[in-house]
Amino acid sequence: MTVPVEFFLFVFLIAIAMSVAWVRDLFAAGMLLGIFSLVSAGMMLLMDAVDVSFTEAAVGAGVSTVLFLGALSLTDSSEKSSIQHHWTGLLVVLGTGSLLIFGTLDMPYYGDPAAPIHNHVAPEYLLGSRVDIEIPNVVTSVLASYRGFDTFGEVAVVFTAAVGAMLLLGGARRRTAASSTGPDGPPGGA
Amino acid sequence: MRENLILRVVAKSLFPIILLFALYVQFHGDFGPGGGFQAGVIFSAGWILYGLVFGLADLQRALPPRWVEIGTATGILLYGGVGLVSLFRHGNFLAYAVLDHHSTVHGLHRGIFWIELGVGITVASVMVAIFYAFAGRANQR
Repeated sequence: MTVPVEFFLFVFLIAIAMSVAWVRDLFAAGMLLGIFSLVSAGMMLLMDAVDVSFTEAAVGAGVSTVLFLGALSLTDSSEKSSIQHHWTGLLVVLGTGSLLIFGTLDMPYYGDPAAPIHNHVAPEYLLGSRVDIEIPNVVTSVLASYRGFDTFGEVAVVFTAAVGAMLLLGGARRRTAASSTGPDGPPGGA
Repeated sequence: MRENLILRVVAKSLFPIILLFALYVQFHGDFGPGGGFQAGVIFSAGWILYGLVFGLADLQRALPPRWVEIGTATGILLYGGVGLVSLFRHGNFLAYAVLDHHSTVHGLHRGIFWIELGVGITVASVMVAIFYAFAGRANQR
């Protein structure tokens, strides 16, 4: 019997997650989170979700690692060490974790064709995409056409997030004014 | 990092390829894996790579923060605008079928094209805007 690749990737994911929690160097933790994203991108690729996979690779492993580095340059690169352990915290985490695992016992098996999610609206979308919309990529037709409202909401969320980040972190405008009149000027010159 | 010759050459040669791939993902999303969200992120990743290697000032000269701010709103307005156009053509909001007088399917394709473009513009601009916000803070210190 062969052990599926997913098994090793899962073991990797758990190991990386543990070491992120363990490590005190924030730079290392940021890099490990990038690796975590890359491994989960590989897992989504194995599940034939190519779209999700390369979103994860671009957002998780690429852009958010850069943002972690940006955030690290604003703070210290190592965590304030605390020796004391909180046993209540450990208990809460273990309790929640085992409840979640208990919850998965009721779920259908991975890849089970009789799972409810494959028999509700999914067949309608899968069949309709070719006939009604004539687009081979079902993901696009679901996101853009069948569920256009949802996607509109998602774009609104993304927009709101950017507005929030700009307001909190000082915005683009104020900074250009500051850097053009700043004492050091743009590095590299004109 | 701009002193590093290898990094500079690699970044410079990868940059157009990343942008081209983003455009491919954007406009080929109906047929292959892809769509606005992915294309937007890949597009912005290209610019962010440029910014990491050549410095924030160079990036902001190539892609002014003002444009990025306008871009974040343009995309979502484009998306909503498609909805409004379909309203004015006596359809429901975001019912693209009315966008083409002759064929329902062409109308759907047209609507999907424009809203995916809107998604792409917003996502790409938002990513760069957040990068600007973080990197700009680091410069201020």
